[in-house]
Formats: sequence, structure tokens, C-alpha cells
Amino acid sequence: MTWSEMQPLLQQACLETLWMVGWSAAIAIVGGLPLGVLLVLTDRGGVLPNVVVNKVVGQIVNIARSMPFIILMVALISFTRAIVGTTIGPAAAIVPLAIGAIPFYARLVETAVREVDGGLVEAVQSMGGSTWTVVRKVLLPESLPSLISSATTTIVALIGYSAMAGTVGAGGLGDLAVRYGYQRFETQLMWVTVAILAVVISVFQFAGDVAARALSHRSPASGAPRLVLLRSRAGKTAGARAAATTDAANSAATAGTAEPGESAQLTKTP
Amino acid sequence: MITTTDLTKVYRSRGREVTALDGVDLHVREGEVYGVVGQSGAGKSTLIRCVNLLERPTSGTVTVAGQDLTALAGRGQRAGSALRQARSRIGMVFQHFNLLSSRTVRDNVELPLEILGVSGKERTRKALELLDLVGLADKAKAYPAQLSGGQKQRVGIARALAGDPKVLLSDEATSALDPETTRSILQLLRDLNRQLGLTVLLITHEMDVVKTICDSAALMSGGRIVESGKVTDLLATPGSQLAEELFPVGGAPSGPDRTVVDVTFQGEAAAKPVISQLSRTYNIDISILGAAMDTIGGNQVGRMRIELPGPFDENVVPIGFLREQGLQVDVADVDATQTAVLKEGAK
Repeated sequence: MTWSEMQPLLQQACLETLWMVGWSAAIAIVGGLPLGVLLVLTDRGGVLPNVVVNKVVGQIVNIARSMPFIILMVALISFTRAIVGTTIGPAAAIVPLAIGAIPFYARLVETAVREVDGGLVEAVQSMGGSTWTVVRKVLLPESLPSLISSATTTIVALIGYSAMAGTVGAGGLGDLAVRYGYQRFETQLMWVTVAILAVVISVFQFAGDVAARALSHRSPASGAPRLVLLRSRAGKTAGARAAATTDAANSAATAGTAEPGESAQLTKTP
Repeated sequence: MITTTDLTKVYRSRGREVTALDGVDLHVREGEVYGVVGQSGAGKSTLIRCVNLLERPTSGTVTVAGQDLTALAGRGQRAGSALRQARSRIGMVFQHFNLLSSRTVRDNVELPLEILGVSGKERTRKALELLDLVGLADKAKAYPAQLSGGQKQRVGIARALAGDPKVLLSDEATSALDPETTRSILQLLRDLNRQLGLTVLLITHEMDVVKTICDSAALMSGGRIVESGKVTDLLATPGSQLAEELFPVGGAPSGPDRTVVDVTFQGEAAAKPVISQLSRTYNIDISILGAAMDTIGGNQVGRMRIELPGPFDENVVPIGFLREQGLQVDVADVDATQTAVLKEGAK
């Protein structure tokens, strides 16, 4: 296969991937953020402790996360049809991608928000702040760098998931690599596709890292973006194929967001 | 200004009950600096957090500036708008400053004003004014991470003052600071107390803090207030545990047949050269075993342990002389002291 033959295929696949991942990531962030915050607020010792809500939401998130993506996609077929009117094509892939990523991002948000020092919550309460004020003025702004890192992780995971969206005819880079490279033995095209995926993932990771760093004011010399290519290179190999990405990226994100020495509790017990 | 009546707080976790406050009656007068001291676990922290109801007392009432806060609290865990409004008129500073790292110094000071719904321009004006008051006008655009501990606490104080509170609660505000910074922060609190007529309730485990700025003090132990009152009155109380903690004197007699006497100086008597007068008048040799002197509110106060030769019977007259001078004199039971010292050592 020559380059001129590959080019239109690659171009279209690229656009499909970006379109699917873009929409599903946006939906995942909008849906996962309140869910994650809710998990922290309703936790025991939280601002609004509520065991029932916490356990129910926590279980829903667990079940949704334990579902293998390909099964989730099939299980959601009728739901997808109800929403977008079709069960094939990129638009149809967005629904299961978003549904799968919401609980994923919610857990990352939960971890990030839990890292916020309980003393800050107490300080705002002592000023007469309401729960909404605590969320808006403390929890979200203080965890913003971690929230951005988590969004980056979610996007990278979504790029991995989107490879499977080919099973519903959604196209995209991953699907191209599977259909042409693997099934038709077009090794060259497969490697080109994998390389493009690696570049796309690196770009997202780099942008996310720069944004998170620029917004973090925790250390005296903050706001100066540094090159962190090493970390994104580690993400390349994982991002290229299949759903194994999730766990690796997940642990990388947890390691990235955890601040040593920071209290993870929301309220101090005397 | 702040009154708590029979305040009790019991924590329940996994069937176990821990009584953090056990019937605390506290009375802080308007315009004074009131210090609550005690060891870790004595309940000080719970007490101060009960004053603005960050911690809900199990029973008892809290009244701040004539307003019964416990009545405003309602039953649920959430603070209703009446309680939140009352809280906004009580400033609070914390041991670990609790400044938002995502906001600049100025924005941190503006935070309580945002909660109060003050307009943008007015907020900025007020924040800069407060930063000027605490001596940090040039740091308005810095982030908390770029400041030293003492500067952070100044920002914390400026923030606590933003809502024009009548009462300031200080939760171990100087405990994370070095001695020199501690002194400057205490000086600032003292100045604010005088300039703004601010009533300050502070808790601390550092006796120096009480000596430096407190008008009144209370000693807590096991969730109860063991002793309380004006610092000068406490010093004049024979056997006051707080006076002893504030001005600890120790020292064992140099031999048998000596009389050990603890003398408390305060008021006018403190300015007189009593010890040398005593020595000259009765022609006796006096050794000083230990002494702690300080200046509280411009007056010299302190305690001293001295040793007179001979047993107590022979020293009745010199001791009478000391009492005549207006000093408070306690004959120390040395055996008891020694056993106490031994016990301390055994621990």
C-alpha cells in the first residue's frame, strides 16, 4: 500500500477518532465531575454525610467500571438507538464511550477532591460559607490541577477504548489499524496508524501536563511549564492497543495526583 | 461577649464514647484577650470549635455577642443561613493557616467578603486596607506558597478580620511558628485587640502566649475548666495551678534544716528590693533556688523560690516580714516537691 493510498484513509480515521473522543470526553467530564464531588461530599465525615447516597452512587460507579467496554457497547444498543437514532457509525459510538468514561472520570475526580485539605473547608465554613460555597470556592479550584490531569487520563483512555468502537462501524484510527493492518496484513499501515496514535496521545498528555502545572500554585516556584516528555512516552505503548490502557493510565494518574504529606481527610477528627 | 454554659461534647464512634468537653462554663468579657491553656487532648480545640459551632455541642449553650448560637443551629448537620450569618461575624485563625493555595493573598482576604456578597471594588479596597493593617501590603499579588509561616498567619488574620468581626477565635495560631515570629504575631493580635476593641479567644499549649498577651486565662484538663480568671488574680491565688504553670519554679534545698519559701511578686510590691531588705534587716543569708519573672501588662510579675537557713520555726519572723511587704508567700512542702520531681523523672 502506498502513501497516497494510505493518506485519505488515515485522514478520515483521524477525524473520526478526534470527533468521537472529543464529544465523549466532554460528556464524561460534565457527567463525572458532579458525581465525583457528590461521592466526596456524602462520604462519612464529609460536608454532607449521607451513607445511602454514597453507597448507591459508589456501587453504580463500580458496576459501570467493571463492565468490559465491548459488552457495555452491546448492552447499550437500545439506549443508543433511543438517543441518537442509530446503532452504527461514530455518533452511535459516542454514547457507550461517554457512559463508560463517566464513572471512570468520577472516580478520578473523587480522588482529586479528597486530596483537598479539610482545614480549608473548615475555614470557609467558619466564614459562613454554605456547602455550595465550599464546592465552588474551595474543592474545585483547589483540586483544579488534579482535575485537569484526570481529564487528560480520561481522554487517553477514551482513545484506547475508541479502537473497539470499530465493531459498531464507527471507524477511527484504532479500527483502521485492526481492519487493514491486522486483518489484511498491511503491516506498514498498521505501524503508521500506531505511530499517529502515539503522537496524538503524547500531544494530549503534554497539553494536559502543561495546563495542570500552569494552574498549580502549591510550590514557591510555580506556573513555569517544564518539559515532561518522559511521562508521555510511557503512555504511548499503553495507549496504542486495547483496553488494558485503563489500569495503567489509572495508576499513573493516581501517582500523579497524590500529594505526599497532604491530608486526605475532609474533616479532622479531634 | 462569649459565654458557654454547661457545654458538653461527646464523640461516639463504634460504640465507644469519648467525652471531649464535660460541662464547660466559659465567660469572656468584651474587649479582653482570653487564653485557654491545657495539654493535648484536654478539649481546648473542641471548645473553640464549639464556639462558632464548627463542632456541634452535645448539650449546653453558646452565646456570642448576645446571640444564642446553639438556638440558631437547628437539628441537622448542615448550618442554616442564620448560623452562617452569625459565623461571618466571628473571625477565626488556624494553626495551619488554611489559606487557599489557588488564590493570591489578596483574593484569600477577599474570600469572606465574597461570601458576604460585597461588590468587587469594595472587596478589593477592603482587602488592601486589611493587608496594610497586618503589614503585608506589598504581598497582595503573591501566592501563599511564596510566603513564610509568619506572613501566612498575617494573611490568615487579615482574612479573619474581613467581615468586621467583634470576636476573633485563634486556634493555636502561633504553634506552628518559631519564637520570634510568634512574638510578632502576638504583638499584632494585641494591637488589633486595642485598636479595634476586638475580643480575642485563643487556645494554646504555650504558657508564653498567655504571659505575653492574655488578660484572662483558663486551664483545661480532661474536658473541664480547672481554673479560670484574670491572670493577675490567678497569680495572687495561693496554690493556683495556672500560676505555677505560668511561672514554674523548682529547686531542692541545699541541705537539711532549711526553709524553702515560694514568693509571688505582683503589683507595687514587685518593684521593691524586698529580698535584699530581708537579708539586711534580719542578717540572714538567702539563696535563690529558682525564679521566673516577666512583665505582664506593664507590671512586673513572677515567682521566686528562696531558701532560708534553719527550720520553719526559726523563720516565722522573716516570713512575716515578706507578707507585710504585700507579697504572697507559700512555704513549700519540700518533701512533696521532691517526690513530685522524682515522679516526673520516673515518667
